[in-house]
Amino acid sequence: MIKYVSKKFLSMFVSLFVLASATFFLMKIIPGDPFIREKAIPEKIREHLFAMYGLDQPMWKQYLMYLNNLLHGDLGMSMKQQYMSVTRIIKESFIYSAQIGLFAVIVSLAAGLILGIIAALNHRKWLDSVTIIIAVLGVSIPNFLAASILQYVFGSKLRWLSVSGLNDPTDFILPVLALSFLPAAFIARLTRSTMLEVLSADYIKTARSKGLSGRIILVRHALRNAILPVVTYIGPMTANIITGSVVVEQIFGIGGIGKYFVQSITNRDYTLIMGLTLFYGIILMAARFVTDVAYGFVDPRIKMTRGGGKG
Amino acid sequence: MKEQTFTPDQFDKLNKDEKHTEVVVRESISAWKDAWLRLSSNKIAMLSLIILIIVSLAAAFGPMISEQDYQTNHLKEKNLGPNATYWFGTDDLGRDLFTRTWMGAGISLQVGLYAALADLVLGVIIGGIMGYFGGRVDEILNRFCEILYSIPSMLIIILLIVIMEPSMFTIVLALSITGWISMAWIVRGQIMQLKNQEYVMAAQALGASTARILFRHLIPNAMGPIIVTLTLTVPSAIFAEAFLSFLGLGVQSPAASLGTMINDAIKAWTLYPWRMIFPAAVISITMLCFNIFGDGLRDALDPKMKK
Amino acid sequence: MRTRKSALSFVAALLILAMVAVGCTPKPESGNSGSTNNGTTNGETSGESTAGKVFRMNIHSEPSTLDPALMEDNVSGTLATGIYEGLTRKNENGESIPATAESWVKSDDGLTYTFTIRKDAKWSNGDPVTANDFEFSWKRALDPATGSTYAYQFYYIVGAQDYNEGKTTNADAVGIKALDAQTLEVKLNSPTPYFLSLTSFYVYNPVHSSVKDNEAWAADAASIIGNGPFKMSEWQHNTSIKLAKNDNYYDKDQVKFTGVDFTMISDSATELANYETDKLDYTGKPTGEIPSEQIPVLRESKKDEFVTKGIASSYYYQFNTEEVPFNNVKVRKALAMAIDREAIVESVTMAGEVPSFGFVPPGIIGLKEDYRNEVKDDFFTENVDEAKTLLAEGLAELKLSKFPKVTLTFNTSDGHKKIAEAIVEMWRQNLGIEVGIENQEFAVLLKNRTAMNYQISRAGWGADYNDPMTYMDMFVTNGGQNNTGFASPEYDALIKKANTSGDQAERIAAMTEAEKILMDYMPIMPIYYYSNTYMLKPGFKNIFLDYKGDIDYTRGYYQAN
Repeated sequence: MIKYVSKKFLSMFVSLFVLASATFFLMKIIPGDPFIREKAIPEKIREHLFAMYGLDQPMWKQYLMYLNNLLHGDLGMSMKQQYMSVTRIIKESFIYSAQIGLFAVIVSLAAGLILGIIAALNHRKWLDSVTIIIAVLGVSIPNFLAASILQYVFGSKLRWLSVSGLNDPTDFILPVLALSFLPAAFIARLTRSTMLEVLSADYIKTARSKGLSGRIILVRHALRNAILPVVTYIGPMTANIITGSVVVEQIFGIGGIGKYFVQSITNRDYTLIMGLTLFYGIILMAARFVTDVAYGFVDPRIKMTRGGGKG
Repeated sequence: MKEQTFTPDQFDKLNKDEKHTEVVVRESISAWKDAWLRLSSNKIAMLSLIILIIVSLAAAFGPMISEQDYQTNHLKEKNLGPNATYWFGTDDLGRDLFTRTWMGAGISLQVGLYAALADLVLGVIIGGIMGYFGGRVDEILNRFCEILYSIPSMLIIILLIVIMEPSMFTIVLALSITGWISMAWIVRGQIMQLKNQEYVMAAQALGASTARILFRHLIPNAMGPIIVTLTLTVPSAIFAEAFLSFLGLGVQSPAASLGTMINDAIKAWTLYPWRMIFPAAVISITMLCFNIFGDGLRDALDPKMKK
Repeated sequence: MRTRKSALSFVAALLILAMVAVGCTPKPESGNSGSTNNGTTNGETSGESTAGKVFRMNIHSEPSTLDPALMEDNVSGTLATGIYEGLTRKNENGESIPATAESWVKSDDGLTYTFTIRKDAKWSNGDPVTANDFEFSWKRALDPATGSTYAYQFYYIVGAQDYNEGKTTNADAVGIKALDAQTLEVKLNSPTPYFLSLTSFYVYNPVHSSVKDNEAWAADAASIIGNGPFKMSEWQHNTSIKLAKNDNYYDKDQVKFTGVDFTMISDSATELANYETDKLDYTGKPTGEIPSEQIPVLRESKKDEFVTKGIASSYYYQFNTEEVPFNNVKVRKALAMAIDREAIVESVTMAGEVPSFGFVPPGIIGLKEDYRNEVKDDFFTENVDEAKTLLAEGLAELKLSKFPKVTLTFNTSDGHKKIAEAIVEMWRQNLGIEVGIENQEFAVLLKNRTAMNYQISRAGWGADYNDPMTYMDMFVTNGGQNNTGFASPEYDALIKKANTSGDQAERIAAMTEAEKILMDYMPIMPIYYYSNTYMLKPGFKNIFLDYKGDIDYTRGYYQAN
């Protein structure tokens, strides 16, 4: 196990290096720079700013400089919010996104699994149809629309909840709902689909004929065998949700990290782009790692530690 | 339980006629025909199919039915509700929403389908390889997926804008560069679970080729999650196209897609709800029918589901 | 089995870790905001005592800096208005009035300004504000190491450009000198009649001398020392900023608000919802926005709160005059004449903009009054028939049988897109030409524009200071903003003349002439002059936008009707 984990960490480290390199060169070759403005900055000042940030150096040199700083744990200062370090920006904004995000993950997982199981157990009955309709609307209504509707109905019209901000515990409700809508719907569909397959499988029929009660069959056999795609999905989903959603944060006025993923690029805030990408990369890879470990727990036959194809 | 023992005198020899009862009497029908029979008896699925056909026809020919066109501005008649002239009403520049909605449906459905197709092909092949071979192959491909997935897609899109002209191909390319990864991961997980099943081992023992095992035995059994993932791909591609438009790569105005129409309408949906309702309804109804039909199709194709 | 167990415990450990991490993170809004809530929202219920004492507005997003030397956007500028104060301020009419400087003397040749700093001017920590502070701050902004993008706003001062460009490292050569604690002498390169207007611009604001020892001083509320009517009391990055009244401010009796609360909401519908649910006292420009589709409705339903104010900014399209077909002046003119600007401002933009037929917007001071009143913008008229003739002639001169395929590019924004769609449609209907539309990400558009890689491009310009020159010097040959290919020695000469002359009449005459040349050549096609729309809750008084649309809330007060 320790060998497995340390091996994983080593390959994750290599992957992060590749990710950093790819992103670095990609962001440098797209047009624009941090000092491009509609009110053009005079050429001399631009040149000077370029020199200040080392942008006048050849690309490979900038790259080595960046890697060097990175190895020392220094993500640099933001080029747009010049007084803020990238680490600080990420830290201060991630708190908001992570809180809302974790709630949303829990809500969507719970809601999705319950809906999915209900639907599967009531295959081709009205409960199943209702769940399908909810789930399909969930994936075909974009979250900015869901967020706007929630805000308008509960914030502006009924005035039960604040239209924006995170001042009260109740302020979490609307953004969490808006974020959970799509993943919950998707998990419900996924659960239903795999549950149906498993429920019609021979061993479940056998178990049924042996007289085990329906509930125990469900929990013991069906869900465990059906949950694998859900486990696969929640890894990247969690990484995506806790790193914030631009639209939901914008609509509910939350100072989360989501908007920086867009803003840093429109501003060509090079250091922030790199910082965010690495941050996201680490979270994603960690989530994927946990997913793989979870596979072994869900289905002991899956062994991560060795290649399985030939044996 | 007590051990059973058999003695020869407990058995009778069959006569010739009786032998035939062991032969299948039902007319042998191909798996496809069988599936179609089951599908066509599923009324809701068939209704969905009909609606899908109607939507496709409307997307193809809808703009021709109305006397209006999608680009003429009627600034004096903007933001009108549905009426006899403008069946779906008009938008903020007084353009006819009926023609725009169906034109948008045509574009958006194409985007959704092509993106789903690209995701399906790439995702299933690469996910299948990762899941089946495992080990180092899996490690490398998996890391490749993670890296690609982590690179800000906006950077890739901006690069595409610079080197390519906006077109349907570019849009689908931009959506598919990273779109297939979720599919690949789902397939990988399924294959890893399935490959340890007895029938796979049996096939391996019989010397079946890898491709045969993968595509004849494993993928068909992973079809459920694959179809569900595909049904998510379609709407998310439709809305992602609107984001591409925002960056300058998607459909360029005055042409419309459902995604951009909804994006435009969202700012005033409390004032002019029809501007949002029609395109949103087309997406939702289409998706609903896709899903119901997809479920029916899966039930029909999957022999295990036979009642 | 062992693997499984350890995997299980690993997952469990991770989960616990995640929960601990979340549990340990400080609540986004802790105790201190609860207390401020008492001052604002709860104030309404607890009676008249606190209502309206705190002014609440939206600033859209995090200011990119609160260091005046580095400021370049109106979010930072809006905060600077409260936290800092320059030598002068602007009144509602755009005139410079005494602020930290109680008076000034201009030499006869117009080249030397001597400012007298008021004795009771203090920093928020109680230190006196002196002429030395201004010398330090301005030279700091000019110091290349500071990295100020707006440093060129000081280039009117002797030696400033050389110092900023690194041609000399001797700061003493710059014509900014504190003669004593109260007296600041500024020497200019040439008489610059609008220099006083510049001294209220945010880059001219002073900073406390302690900033040189703390690189990150502008990052937190606690380390920002200002000299304005308000001081920083709380800064939650990305969420809100709260200002409190500065009791050390010399004019504190005129400051009625006990504080100003700024929220950072970037969605205009959310901003409006906050205003409508009484969480904001002010919504709209300059730092917020009223959703444009809501404007016609709100203008009627909220008559008493809705305000439209013209500001000194121009919206226009520019042509690439080096490429076919826009290398022909008749083609350019045809396009400019074939659109209906009235319809655009009435039906498309709807925020009370004014159709423009010239470049310099209203609100800029000319000789005696508004430049645009003195010099009418009747450089051309809209006329479809004439436009058709011009287009035909232009194409004939270019030996083209039909109008070639061209594209109009603009930076991504719903507003720009709508205008572009309307204009292209007008061209299609009136001239029978097809013009493609392409939105581009802003940096891409700007890059394409500087590389002259475009045909028609949206552009806009807002005034930096109150003089037509802030517009007219854009189009000098090879000017940084002149990405049109327009090059006229005659124009350049007139701008030079206006820049070196101290005689306002002569300057205005030269710039009038220059604007005529510009409009005759038509490298740009004017569309409209901007206006700002906002809503202010009843009872709030003396909150206004200046000539260029910047908000001044410092002397505002609340008076229930």
